[in-house]
Amino acid sequence: MFEDGIGRSLRGLMAAVSVAAVALVPTIAHAQAKEQYFGIPSYRVGAFAAGGTGFFGGIIDYLQYVNMKEGGVNGVQMVWAECETEYNAARGVECYQRLLKRGDQQMHIFEPLATPIAYGVLNRVDDDKVVLTQYGYGRSDAADGRVFPWVFSTMTSYWSQISAKLNWIATKEGGIDKLKGKKIAHLYLDSAFGREPLPVMRRLAKDWGFELVEIPVAAPGIEQQAQWLRVRQERPDWITLWGFGAGMNSTAITSAARVNFPREKMVGVWWAGSEEDVLPAGDAAKGYFAAANVPSGKNFPLVQDIEKVVYGGGKGNLSDPKRIGNIYWNRGVTAGIFWVEAVRNGQRIANKRGQTLNGDEMRAGFEALDLSPARLKALGIEGMLPSFKLSCSDHEGSGSIKIIQWDGAKWNIVTPEWVSSDRKMIREMVEESAAKYAAEQKITPRKC
Amino acid sequence: MFYREAGQFHTNYGQDSQIFPLRQDRFAILTLLAVAAVVVPYLASDYWLKGLLIPWLIFSLVALGQNILTGYAGQLSLGSAGFMAVGAFACYNFMLRVDGMPFLVAVVLSGLCAAAVGMAFGLPSLRIRGLYLAVATLAAQFFIVWALDKFGWFKNDDPSGVITAQPIVILGHLFDTAQEKYLVVLGIVASLALLAKNMARGATGRAWMAVRDMDVAAEVMGLPLMRTKLQAFAISSFYCGVGGALFAFAYLGTVEPSAFTIDLSFRILFMIIIGGVGTILGSFLGAGFILLLPIFLSVLFHAVLGKAVDASVTSAVELIVFGALIIIFLIVEPHGLARMWQLTKERLRLWPFPH
Repeated sequence: MFEDGIGRSLRGLMAAVSVAAVALVPTIAHAQAKEQYFGIPSYRVGAFAAGGTGFFGGIIDYLQYVNMKEGGVNGVQMVWAECETEYNAARGVECYQRLLKRGDQQMHIFEPLATPIAYGVLNRVDDDKVVLTQYGYGRSDAADGRVFPWVFSTMTSYWSQISAKLNWIATKEGGIDKLKGKKIAHLYLDSAFGREPLPVMRRLAKDWGFELVEIPVAAPGIEQQAQWLRVRQERPDWITLWGFGAGMNSTAITSAARVNFPREKMVGVWWAGSEEDVLPAGDAAKGYFAAANVPSGKNFPLVQDIEKVVYGGGKGNLSDPKRIGNIYWNRGVTAGIFWVEAVRNGQRIANKRGQTLNGDEMRAGFEALDLSPARLKALGIEGMLPSFKLSCSDHEGSGSIKIIQWDGAKWNIVTPEWVSSDRKMIREMVEESAAKYAAEQKITPRKC
Repeated sequence: MFYREAGQFHTNYGQDSQIFPLRQDRFAILTLLAVAAVVVPYLASDYWLKGLLIPWLIFSLVALGQNILTGYAGQLSLGSAGFMAVGAFACYNFMLRVDGMPFLVAVVLSGLCAAAVGMAFGLPSLRIRGLYLAVATLAAQFFIVWALDKFGWFKNDDPSGVITAQPIVILGHLFDTAQEKYLVVLGIVASLALLAKNMARGATGRAWMAVRDMDVAAEVMGLPLMRTKLQAFAISSFYCGVGGALFAFAYLGTVEPSAFTIDLSFRILFMIIIGGVGTILGSFLGAGFILLLPIFLSVLFHAVLGKAVDASVTSAVELIVFGALIIIFLIVEPHGLARMWQLTKERLRLWPFPH
């Protein structure tokens, strides 16, 4: 792998030299080439590097794919600059400011894949006209596009995720009425992230009549002995694991094995549902469930085509091509699809076919995201994303998840159909929370 | 040649005890302030202001607080990020719950809140010292973040568990743009730094240093240990609290309690170790080193290597070079960057005709 890295660097160096050589020759074609510029705040070092290289590698691979396969969007090339955030708020904000402008180009979409960074720039995006997307994390109430015109929680927020997960548990038990009297333990990282689903769970516990046991684990979540003692005392029927980081998640799984709690009764949040989270637990993880916003695997025409076109052409971003189809990489590819679809829509709406978009046009394009079943098929990602449509007021779109199960070697999809959340209830809660935010910040919600 | 004190005679005590006895120093610092206040806002881009200068000033202030406690009073503390959190959340709550609360008053009050909390957690310093005290202040760090995380009231029951800073309004004027926010931060940081400098070289500072160098001897000489130590905790936490309030209001905007982790406390401690323990200037230099150097390295490597080299490799190389630089600086000058500056000044006095 190391030699491979050097080989890549050398290849890259040669490419750079040739690019420089070309740049010296004045060409007219270059002046005419239209570009749409993106900023990529990646994290490739530090504790979360495994996720960061996969996710941002996926985005870059998809942008590269669009350039190579279709010559960009209506001739507009996708170009990008990268900046290392180390999953750190201060570095992330600096990256945001650095990426914001490049020459006369401007960044119009920002996806940090890090809650602290998303919060750090939340108050800046309105003025800078940047679409802030939160791919499965961040403020759930950003789904209300009237209060958060520039922020998107596409396509499923934490609230929707827990609601869908409980729906799935209910079907496993044979219906919502069968959940009455059952006990569900929420084993969570004691932080804002871990507590986020609690309002939804408490409400459903009351409505459906199951007993909710809240078991917090102090950060960073490695020390869980007391918590599992409590699990043994309480004997819950299900555990929803809301952990972050491979350390906490694999510890939870191995502790479950130690107290003989069936892994088939544990459902993880999607940040506890990547290959990296279960591999350290070894055999103990067999049978463990997790939610997935995007399933892993190469079983999608688009993934195979990216492997052929981009990696075949030697332009792949992952240093280890074996990670193609890995869950973080698949998430990145779909995030890239959102971006490119936004460009496509934006060009259509603004009537600027083949031209560079500005911030407002990009926002309009993102808000017009419409992934119909036909469109998903055309993109070659049937089953990889739920079908959904955004609107001026709905910045979330789907709210659906898939449930996946670890078989000891890979994740298998156990719900071929998407499991949907209680859209009405979640929307009510979103609007209530967003209204409170608007009142506090003195924002007048826009009319939709 | 340019930096000589020949011909500058002090004829009264006032002249002798001013902050900068040398005319050149006075001139340099005034020029620096003038440039920072007048020229920089006009010339610097949004990236420079919002991405580099504002966080640098804020962290300089926090490092200054840490330096008062650890550098001057000799009390090793690992709670500074926690005290920042107290300041940030206190400021938010003052602005939220008190109608018509002026921003500057809220900032001062939040500093006082942090000072009160700091004093409470400073009590163990009366009994324990050194590394053991560091462990005790670690409790402050964890307890504060836990409490802010746990109790929804501090965050006005926000479901995402974050606070969103209210707009900064001073005397009816909305400080909204990068330039305006920068000026607010600069004003607060400059005046607090001036205050710190004066405390450090006055009776207060001498009491701190006496306690730092040998607390038993200080007590024998009649210094009240409890008062001196708690005072250092209070003032240090005040600086951290004000820094935290600015961090939330002038820099990030939306903050969650977990932004103030132990990791941040360590970084603040490293700032003063690199910058110079027990110096005012060192706080600014150290904050610049820890905060800005990685960014400059990153910009440099991106510019030089660009897309030619795998981004993962570039990121790793940045970290390696940064780590190597820390080691080199600590070997070359264990007393920090401020000491380097002082030595340079000594040499400048003789330049270009050393003996």
